[in-house]
Amino acid sequence: MKKFKENFSERVFLLLALSALSVLALITVFIFTKGIPLIAKVGVVNFIFGMKWSPSQGSYGIFPMIVGTISVTLGAAIIGIPIAICCSIFLAEFAPATLRNIFRPAIQLLAGIPSVVYGFWGVLFIVPMIRNYLGGPGLSILAGSIILAIMILPTIISITEVTILALPRHYKDGALALGLTHWQTIRHLLLPAAKSGIVAAIILGLGRAVGETMAVIMVVGNAVALPETILDPVRTMTTNIGIEMGYASGEHQQALFATGIVLFIIIMIMNATAQYITRKK
Amino acid sequence: MIQQSKIVIKDLNLYYHEKQVVKELNLEIPQNEIFAIIGPSNSGITTTLRTLNRLCDLTFGARQEGEVLLDGKSIFNKNVNVTELRRKVGMVFDVPTPLPMSIFDNVAFGSNLNGKKSKAEVEEGVEKALRMSALWDDVKDRLNTPAARLSGGQQQRLCIARVLALEPEVILLDRPCSALDPISTAKIEDSLIQLKEQFTIIIAPHTIQQAGRIADRVAFMLMGDLIEQGITHEVFSVPKDKRTNDYLTGRFG
Repeated sequence: MKKFKENFSERVFLLLALSALSVLALITVFIFTKGIPLIAKVGVVNFIFGMKWSPSQGSYGIFPMIVGTISVTLGAAIIGIPIAICCSIFLAEFAPATLRNIFRPAIQLLAGIPSVVYGFWGVLFIVPMIRNYLGGPGLSILAGSIILAIMILPTIISITEVTILALPRHYKDGALALGLTHWQTIRHLLLPAAKSGIVAAIILGLGRAVGETMAVIMVVGNAVALPETILDPVRTMTTNIGIEMGYASGEHQQALFATGIVLFIIIMIMNATAQYITRKK
Repeated sequence: MIQQSKIVIKDLNLYYHEKQVVKELNLEIPQNEIFAIIGPSNSGITTTLRTLNRLCDLTFGARQEGEVLLDGKSIFNKNVNVTELRRKVGMVFDVPTPLPMSIFDNVAFGSNLNGKKSKAEVEEGVEKALRMSALWDDVKDRLNTPAARLSGGQQQRLCIARVLALEPEVILLDRPCSALDPISTAKIEDSLIQLKEQFTIIIAPHTIQQAGRIADRVAFMLMGDLIEQGITHEVFSVPKDKRTNDYLTGRFG
């Protein structure tokens, strides 16, 4: 009887674990079967590098949206990464325990705020600020970058902090005993030693930025055109799907799935790179 | 002949939070000698060593009372430059602590960041330090390989070389041979005896026998108290305190 119970519970766990995995497989297969025919029809090059997105006329080029995704993500990286790295160095190396105990949960809380709330705050606060002080429509690459920069902070900060804290204690003792200042120790020893973890943290954070939809829809303006400055509106790949899925059908719907394939591949590559870097050590 | 004292410890009390780990310690450490502090673990020896170059500052809750004079000047004085002090009073830890870089960079690391030196001077300094720690012949052909590939004994000699490259005045060694085989230990002991010509050495040996082999003077500490100190062979042959005798004869410890 006991043996039966053991076997039975083992099977149940296996089954549930497999169902989680099979969802991933199903979604992947679904996206690809829906999207591939359209890409095959239009041609990979025309689809990715096409400048014109006009489903009613049958032109499906997502290049402006790829540029949109890249520019918004790049902006988030430029704003967010320095803040995140400095913050994690502060938490891991400088902050007294009491301050750390306030800081750490607060940063985790950032990850818990729903993205629509970020978007709402962006529309009401960031967008008017940009419009009033910098000009343009306000709905822009810059607005999207600022919102995304904040949204990727918790990912980058927590992984970087854990990486720094996981370094052998003797690195720090050894360096300080050599008469290095605290900052020299961080700059020349701890950061280089934690490099792979930090790079992985950044890639995972940016993966999140690439995939974010709701907050971005609300602040980037969603115009399908190549931007000229960071104050111009753009449309990203995710927002393209988010905006048009409600009414798309037939070929148009397939084109949105095809956009999903491109996103899927980009994010897979980023995550795989992050995994590879952390495992290499 | 009265030798000059390099370090004078006066009424030193050390605490972690409320717990006192060293009580009323008074020691004079003469220049150019090997001074061994012996005693079972938990006697406050590591804490004492870490106080002498103020590595203790890093430990949360560590606190000192009393005075430590290096060349007659207090190391607790507010004007003391701590990083400079740590360069003067170098430290080798109980486990080898190579940094994640090449052999050459491990030795050059401290001096590179601490002063403006030409490449030739740095190379010369690295070679000199490696020769002094008796590692040069082992590694001269592979200075650019990662330090982590060296054996434990070689790593520890690398750590000694790293300290020597800073041209310190005092070297603290906290059970430097506890993780090493007898051959590596003998090599390190030989180089320490050479090195005392130029430096003042304070060592917490991992065995009493090591103190007997290399130390000019010993101090015996137990549970934070200094029990006895003196010339090594005198303390070892005629201990004044019963507890010293018991420890040396292996009745406890």
